[in-house]
Amino acid sequence: MNERDKPGQIKPMDSAATSNKKTDTKPAKLGREVQARLGQQLRAMYDDVVNQGVPDRFSDLINRIDGNGNKDRQ
Amino acid sequence: MPMDETVRNSILNAVPSLRAFAISLCGNVDRADDLVQETMLRAIANIDSFQPGTNMSAWLFTILRNHFRSEYRKRRREVEDSDGHYADRLKSQPEQHGHVEFNEFREALKQLPADQREALILVGASGFSYEEAAEICECAVGTIKSRVNRARTRLADMLNVNSAEDYGPDEQTRAVLAGGE
Repeated sequence: MNERDKPGQIKPMDSAATSNKKTDTKPAKLGREVQARLGQQLRAMYDDVVNQGVPDRFSDLINRIDGNGNKDRQ
Repeated sequence: MPMDETVRNSILNAVPSLRAFAISLCGNVDRADDLVQETMLRAIANIDSFQPGTNMSAWLFTILRNHFRSEYRKRRREVEDSDGHYADRLKSQPEQHGHVEFNEFREALKQLPADQREALILVGASGFSYEEAAEICECAVGTIKSRVNRARTRLADMLNVNSAEDYGPDEQTRAVLAGGE
């Protein structure tokens, strides 16, 4: 039990001196939590499309181009 | 014109993510699919300029992005896509029911400058590294990083999610995480 750190005894910095001028020019860093959630939301939206797979239109297109000589291949 | 099996498969495999990228670029399913189709045709026509061993997917994304950019410049003079176009389009697609919960996010995404939006999607959703994204967008890696950061900050602002509490596991987030329904 020692009481070296008495609260309020030492003021390491003048808080007014570190004004938040810089935060105006550079946006505050986002918390990890917020970033993670934005990322999840973004991926969910993106994967929603990805999970639709390859619409027939595109496999047909490839087959048409590739096709002629290779109709059996699939 | 018979195609190399590997090329054929790589192109087909890339289609789902090319579509996702295209939709998030132009916000319109029909246009996105046209972009993807044009990308495939260009890729096949220019397959000789693809360097084997390099990332086919990144190459295809580059083609799509360039095509979108030139199209966009042309189109801007014609019709400006009206707000909500994508949402309307979703309503007319029965197979896409249950995806309404993305609309708020999608709207916010649409408000981002194009540079920031594409950087965020390439890195945050398509899974490209900053280096690959920089190659696709033909800019410096540092530029991509700062675009991604700015995009995140602006999204958080628009969606009012500046602290974890504001964006807790409410029903919307749960729905999104569950993939709808």
